[in-house]
Amino acid sequence: MNKPKFGVVVFPGSNCDHDTYYVLRKIIDVDVVFLWHKQTSLDGCDVLILPGGFSYGDYLRTGAISRFSPIMNEVIKFANKGGYVLGICNGFQILLEAGLLPGIMIRNESLNFVCKDIYLKVENKKTNYTRAINGNKVLKIPIAHGEGNYFTDEKTLKQLEDNQQIVFRYCLNNGSVTADANPNGSINNIAGIMNKKGNVLGMMPHPERCSDPVLGKTDGSLIFNSLVNNIFN
Amino acid sequence: MFKAKVLIKRRKTILDPQGKAVEIGAKHLGLTNIKNTRIDKYIEFNVDTSDRKSAENEVNEYCKKLLANPIMEDYEFSLSEWTPSEEEVK
Repeated sequence: MNKPKFGVVVFPGSNCDHDTYYVLRKIIDVDVVFLWHKQTSLDGCDVLILPGGFSYGDYLRTGAISRFSPIMNEVIKFANKGGYVLGICNGFQILLEAGLLPGIMIRNESLNFVCKDIYLKVENKKTNYTRAINGNKVLKIPIAHGEGNYFTDEKTLKQLEDNQQIVFRYCLNNGSVTADANPNGSINNIAGIMNKKGNVLGMMPHPERCSDPVLGKTDGSLIFNSLVNNIFN
Repeated sequence: MFKAKVLIKRRKTILDPQGKAVEIGAKHLGLTNIKNTRIDKYIEFNVDTSDRKSAENEVNEYCKKLLANPIMEDYEFSLSEWTPSEEEVK
């Protein structure tokens, strides 16, 4: 059987593109290609990843300039047709600026860049991104960002909650969602959301940084494996 | 009390990387006539004194020593009489 083909979009200033490529190819064992942001073709990819980094130096607002990179027209069309798009960290910020996901990202409440392992409660286990995660398992995944403080108006927040679009929330290691567990001030401890259809997911934590067993943590691979198992098998 | 409105501009001869990066976005948007994008800083604050001269001195010092870097930036400001709203006092 042909392997699913993943595309990792590379913007000027992306810096998690190679980690993502490596994990997909060597650990998850799928086909993967880089897609330069000036391309206007998606090279027949089945899934797109917008990786972490500091595209365009985070100037103006994070993701604001990348959102107008030529490839984004295709990414938006692809997503609107139901294609799977995962935005990680800066990729999440780009999805917000592109309007593929609602809300905005503001500076961390502490004003610090936060780089550490955090715990994630999987709020919605019925998505194609999370179905491989068993029971009440709490994920341990690193974050690394200065602007991960998710914010949206009350009406949108209610829609996100009502439609179960909040996929991940920051929590303690026992799974309880508390203010102490919130590393950046995100409203309702939000760490990852998806669109209503469930094909576009944005998350601040970095699953590609904890997928290779050699690093001692593999919770990130559950997200990539969920995608592969649910979309292609 | 005065309201100070400060505009800090990077000297024209010094590269503005942010303006340059943002202008790439304009090109991708198809806005071909946009040239020389420069991103400056606009800062507002209150100065809690009734004496205009001392307000001016304090704003000048704030600008020179902290808000602007005189090696690469110029600043200008205006001061207007100001009565803060209840919300601002909090």
